[in-house]
Amino acid sequence: MDKKRLRISIFVLLFLGLSFLFSAVQVPPALAQEATPSDDEVNAIARQLYCPVCENTPLDVCPTEACRQWRDLIRQMLAEGRTEDEIKQYFVDNYGARVLAEPPRSGFFWLVYIVPPAAILAAAFFFIRAFRTWKQMAREPAGGSAASDGEASQTRDDYAARLEAELEKRK
Amino acid sequence: MFIDFGFGILVLTLAVTLFSIAAALYGFYTGSPRWVESARRAMQLTFPLITLVALALIYLLVSGHYEVQFVYSVTSNEMPLYLKITALWGGQEGSLILWAWLLAVFTSAVTLRKWDRDQELLPWVIIVTAITLAFFLALVIFFENPFARWWILPDNTPVAAMFQPSGAVPAFPNNGEGLNPLLRHPGMIIHPPMLYLGFVAFVIPYAFAIAALVTGRTDDRWLRLTRRWTLIAWLFLSIGLVLGARWAYDVLGWGGYWGWDPVEIAAFMPWLTGTAFLHSVMIQEKRGLFKQWNMILVILTYSLVLFGTFLTRSGVLSSVHAFAQSAIGPMFFSFIGVTFITSLVLLFHRWKDLTATIEMKSMLSREALFLLNNLLFIGVLIICFWGVVSPLISELATGQKITVGPPFYERATSPLWGALMLLMGVAPLSAWGKSTFTTLGKALWKPALLAALTPLMLAALGMRNWVALLGFTLVALVIFVSLHEYWRGARARQKAQGEGFLTALARLAARNRRRYGGYIIHISMVIMAIGILGIEIFQTETQRNMAIGDQVELAGYTVRYDSLAQFPYSDGRFVTRAVMSVFKAGEFVDEIYPRYDLYPGGQPMTIPGVRSTLVDDLYVVLVNWENVSATQTPFKIYHNPLVNWLWIGSGIFILGYLLAAWPQKENG
Repeated sequence: MDKKRLRISIFVLLFLGLSFLFSAVQVPPALAQEATPSDDEVNAIARQLYCPVCENTPLDVCPTEACRQWRDLIRQMLAEGRTEDEIKQYFVDNYGARVLAEPPRSGFFWLVYIVPPAAILAAAFFFIRAFRTWKQMAREPAGGSAASDGEASQTRDDYAARLEAELEKRK
Repeated sequence: MFIDFGFGILVLTLAVTLFSIAAALYGFYTGSPRWVESARRAMQLTFPLITLVALALIYLLVSGHYEVQFVYSVTSNEMPLYLKITALWGGQEGSLILWAWLLAVFTSAVTLRKWDRDQELLPWVIIVTAITLAFFLALVIFFENPFARWWILPDNTPVAAMFQPSGAVPAFPNNGEGLNPLLRHPGMIIHPPMLYLGFVAFVIPYAFAIAALVTGRTDDRWLRLTRRWTLIAWLFLSIGLVLGARWAYDVLGWGGYWGWDPVEIAAFMPWLTGTAFLHSVMIQEKRGLFKQWNMILVILTYSLVLFGTFLTRSGVLSSVHAFAQSAIGPMFFSFIGVTFITSLVLLFHRWKDLTATIEMKSMLSREALFLLNNLLFIGVLIICFWGVVSPLISELATGQKITVGPPFYERATSPLWGALMLLMGVAPLSAWGKSTFTTLGKALWKPALLAALTPLMLAALGMRNWVALLGFTLVALVIFVSLHEYWRGARARQKAQGEGFLTALARLAARNRRRYGGYIIHISMVIMAIGILGIEIFQTETQRNMAIGDQVELAGYTVRYDSLAQFPYSDGRFVTRAVMSVFKAGEFVDEIYPRYDLYPGGQPMTIPGVRSTLVDDLYVVLVNWENVSATQTPFKIYHNPLVNWLWIGSGIFILGYLLAAWPQKENG
């Protein structure tokens, strides 16, 4: 009987032990599965990248096989614990600055960012300067042609003027 | 026979066009109206001639003459008749034929009008339009010939050529490659002709502007003569852009409508200068100001039309080197350069003649605000132009290609769009000539007060994004100002004429269609802005691998994956189609069918399943067809708030346009 109890105890212990071992063996894949980056996490980085072949199509929506492989690579690097910046840098190092949605703010590429505001500011400067010149000229007595032009525009806008006059009457 | 016939007529059309240029030049310099008349008739002849060319090509497309390289590349036996016809603009060569045909339509139409009062402009209008037409015809004949046939060389290499190469034998393929599936969509069938109509119609105002510069007739006449052409160009270009956006939304399967792709921007740039031109023209008409500036705008618009065609047709976007190697790239580039520089030289030659006779008095006057509007449009143009060319400059200067993508454009243009919306709200209330803060404030305070309630209301509903709050406030301002102007005008008429309110409203709009149609266009623009703000700021998305029966939740919706079917279709494509149920607050609301079509040759097409309402779109894409099974199907689900207002706004835009542009007696 004792032997029997001993056998049962050993069996139970063995079962529990194996169960524990089995569950322990199962734990890492379960954890790994939880750690597998989701599609949304992959896309969050992929949408900031462009592959050199599919021009102007962000990586997150590009249907080509090459872009699918890039997304898998991002997933793998995320799983390895790499940060977003590290992943982007990996692609820049391997494929050049063109993989980024915008060029890096360095060296020659600064021109991309500087030229538009500079050009717009220059246009605004000319606008203001021209306006001041016009205003100064306007202070001087108007010539005959100016008056006639003004009259011409007045007659063309007669309906608007009448409408304004009607509105004035209402008040 | 149709091949030789089509090509022969094409060559004849070029000869007629060149004759027209020579006759118009001769007539102008010798003062002989007979030669000018001869040039005019020659130009009118180009329309039936190119029509014959287009018909010959359409016959070849429809009847499956695959020995013609163009027919082989854009059609196949499986394609339906309507697609075989519209395949005319499905490839480079046919697109250029369409361009030339539309230009011939407009040129013939413009030469048909009565020229009694404007005889001196006629020769140069003919010369400019004919030079443009001749350029496109030459491109087609010498570099992109749609009638080129397949030949097999002695070493068994196939080659496309018009005339038989030495030792070659003709080839007769049984079937063609078929049209790119992405182009088999109603939006894409109408979109290119609309864009081309817009592009080509802008050639007419440019031709009149150059005629005015050459002849020295720099008064407002050229503007008045071309007002309708400018409006037609602007309408078609606008419709073309919207259709392109709709096509992208329906077919490209990335949940958006505009990707700041250089091809999109190529069509957008002439629209920007064209819109600026439409506004500044009014200042010249009303106040005699900005004559030089209007010339610059029309020259820029023409050059950007050519530049846009060059960008999309030369291969320069793939690589600056591809452009140099392409047949038409250098020729196109030279033509743009020559016409642009010649135009500027002419402009500076007449610069003093174009000086304004009256001056601007107030920074808040309508003309000053219109000038500011022009500055903002030019600002957006600068950003777009630089965004497109800077990758090419980088490649040339550093050998390194770069991408200038949506974040650049969105960040750079957003403040300018905001400022433009503010101007749309304020400028219509300012007076011509002189306006002060007091007069403007008096006109503005009521609609501005109503608009100010908008952010409070939206904040109370839970909106916290300040860009959205600002954007919707500006939208409200424009709508209230425009409606207030209608109301103010109708009330005035009601009082003065004793009319009922609705009658007064209708007569008010009928009496000054341009003004009140313009207000509707403004309203349509900000309604489109509602859609843009909604999708740009509040779009959310998620991607999941789903098994049948799985559910995903996004933005208050639950999407259940019900079933999947995979089957071949009669036109050769292999269809993978999912069925999904959409629930909102637990209630079934719709069933949608995201689809993935794989065409012979491996070309894929993603058709989203969309539940569309005025509030939002639920947009589901079947991401991939490979390894799809009942237990693993990848879906991408987008929630696109308010996007429908983008399309509704474009419908209202057309209504406003029709009101503004409908023919009206000058002094009506």
